[in-house]
Amino acid sequence: MVHQYKNNGYHILLDVNSGAVHVVDELVYDMIPYYKEKGLDGTLEILRDRYPEDQIREAAADLDELIAAGKLYTEDIYENYIQEIAEAKKTVVKALCLHIAHDCNLACRYCFAEEGEYHGRRALMSFEVGKKALDFLIENSGSRRNLEVDFFGGEPLLNWQVVKDLVAYGREQEKLHNKNFRFTLTTNGVLLNDEVQEFVNREMANVVLSIDGRKKVHDYMRPFRNGKGSYDLILPKFRKLADSRNQEKYYVRGTFTGKNKDFSKDVLHLADLGFKQISVEPVVGTEDEDYALRKEELPELFAEYDRLAAEMVRRYRTEKEFTFFHFMLDLTGGPCVAKRLSGCGSGTEYLAVTPWGDLYPCHQFVGEEKYLMGNVDEGITKSDIREEFKKCNVYSKEKCRNCFAKFYCSGGCAANAYKFHGSINEAYEISCELERKRVECAIMIKAAEAEADAEL
Amino acid sequence: MKHIKTLNTQTLQNTMKKGGCGECQTSCQSACKTSCTVGNQSCENSK
Repeated sequence: MVHQYKNNGYHILLDVNSGAVHVVDELVYDMIPYYKEKGLDGTLEILRDRYPEDQIREAAADLDELIAAGKLYTEDIYENYIQEIAEAKKTVVKALCLHIAHDCNLACRYCFAEEGEYHGRRALMSFEVGKKALDFLIENSGSRRNLEVDFFGGEPLLNWQVVKDLVAYGREQEKLHNKNFRFTLTTNGVLLNDEVQEFVNREMANVVLSIDGRKKVHDYMRPFRNGKGSYDLILPKFRKLADSRNQEKYYVRGTFTGKNKDFSKDVLHLADLGFKQISVEPVVGTEDEDYALRKEELPELFAEYDRLAAEMVRRYRTEKEFTFFHFMLDLTGGPCVAKRLSGCGSGTEYLAVTPWGDLYPCHQFVGEEKYLMGNVDEGITKSDIREEFKKCNVYSKEKCRNCFAKFYCSGGCAANAYKFHGSINEAYEISCELERKRVECAIMIKAAEAEADAEL
Repeated sequence: MKHIKTLNTQTLQNTMKKGGCGECQTSCQSACKTSCTVGNQSCENSK
């Protein structure tokens, strides 16, 4: 399968099954739909009127070289491979999302956690429950050395002492069990102060700072419970924290909604404030919510991604350059195909832990009683749920089989699929459309950067 | 090649040989939390 498209003046071919990306001239671009089926003679027949024959023959030699190298018109050979890998490997847990506080000091309109409460009661995780969660992780991690723990909420800084105590406990345990904990924190910044910053910089591998972009956009979606906006309070703290981490190992992370479809301006607002690691992502909302993104708005959203990508190309190698999480693409040493096909690991390698110690497939399933998998005392009690997630991959989803982006999103988010279709083996179309667009933009950026590098 | 510039050297087929160690980061732990973005992760072994 070859996906071909034009973006920002580039003619691009993505050979889906090898992952090879080719920037080509117009002639090759026009040959691609015919060359595999009709060969050189058939292609000549069709394109002779538009291109000189010797040029077509020369381009055909280039195409033959790529075919011989396994970089063009390749077949999908991974379906059995991924099943064999899944069957051969014991399921281990390597990442936990600890819901350290089911409570929040903001009242964000789009919160999937219902202002931190997750369809349940307000609660803070105790040190005892957190300890058991870390023990559970170590016990179930097999030979994996790197273990990830995200302090999530609600707002985790509402339970800060427990976060600190758990980090200390983790540091003690990792030595005993030859593990390496990578702690991360996701925060709205309201309670961020120097003491928190110092601790975070010492202990956290990554920190996610929630901010949506322009003040008006942010304040509308992320108010305090009294309705007042939070932008002015958090922004200086986030800038200080980002600088104190040398603009690395953090993300300012926003959500765009139907209320700011011109979200490229929000991304650029954050970039112009000096943030270098930026993630702004589409809201996931059902049609009845006034901020939801709708199918008919997709062309507008695509144009925004194009605008953003083109601006990032303009900023390449300048002081104003920045990273946009959803355009990150590693063409030299990205993830192996096994990783690309098995997805995010929710329900198997990755689990969420509630304040009272219940285990769910991920943070977005918390509160869905059907997906309660067990608890930190007894471990996984419903292994059938784990099996359901283990079997969920690109090949179990009909919509993914022929999608050119399947090796980039790995079948998409199981929680979104469940939310919109009641099954994790489905796909949420709006998310798919946006993902495809982002992959196209990300590849275009790589093409432009390669061109700029070559000129140096 | 005069007509084609290939941007990557590695192919997905080649990653079958040594892939699947699982030491890499879980995608949702990085920044997303609402989408699945695996293609932008890096390989722990190539560091």
